[in-house]
Amino acid sequence: MAQNVFFYLIAAGMVGAAVAVVTTRNVVRAALYLVAVFAGVAAQFILLAAEFVAVTQVLIYIGAIMVLMLFGIMLTRARIGRDVDATNDHWVVGIGTALLLAAVMAFALIDRWGDDPLPDDRRVDAVAGSNTATVSDSIFSQYLIPFEIVSVLLLAALVGAIVIARKDR
Amino acid sequence: MDDLMLNQFLLLGAILFCIGVYGVIARKNTVMVLMSIELILNAVNINLLAFGAAHGDVAGAVFALFVIAVAAAEVGVGLAMVLIIYRNRQSVDLDEVDSMRG
Repeated sequence: MAQNVFFYLIAAGMVGAAVAVVTTRNVVRAALYLVAVFAGVAAQFILLAAEFVAVTQVLIYIGAIMVLMLFGIMLTRARIGRDVDATNDHWVVGIGTALLLAAVMAFALIDRWGDDPLPDDRRVDAVAGSNTATVSDSIFSQYLIPFEIVSVLLLAALVGAIVIARKDR
Repeated sequence: MDDLMLNQFLLLGAILFCIGVYGVIARKNTVMVLMSIELILNAVNINLLAFGAAHGDVAGAVFALFVIAVAAAEVGVGLAMVLIIYRNRQSVDLDEVDSMRG
């Protein structure tokens, strides 16, 4: 019951902040609303008993990605603090696409998973305790090769970003 | 209305996804389009973890972690590209990056 109340409170805040991200006329304000959405997503992860992913969400998204975004805003000299016309001419197409997608997905989801409840105890392996232990076991055994590939991908992406953004070429 | 339902998380993810799609289509500033893409990736992560919790499987959490890592790589490369577009054209307005239009 309490979980339900908090779910709807956080979800309402998230949807409001997400709408503000795509409608505000100020780039920096959009970035700060995006922080609110990320924090809400982390809270939903905790409701789903995925505390490790929630902490990672805070570290990577709110910590690293938002700092990168703010650097991007500053380096491209967006008019900080001033409002600009940030929506292009075919925004009507965007609203149409989004509403159509929402209708189709809502129909499909309600049709298929109408009233499936989530289990009360959302820990995968009650013996091991929290889900963090199960996740780490799984990453370093079953998903070891994808994990290594992701680390190589991250390295390649960072080297590529430096090469692309270098000035002396 | 006592327990958490699977569907409320899935519908929240769907709504966030649609808001992100609108942002990608309607935004002018390249950095704002990147922010909308982050919204979409977060919506997908909510879905992955909701299904993981519903099936009692830890694979949803593992894939969400992979998605977060790939999102970090994507933002790094994307912002480098935005920087070089700005350096070459003195603007990050997507409507002005149309030199390949037929």
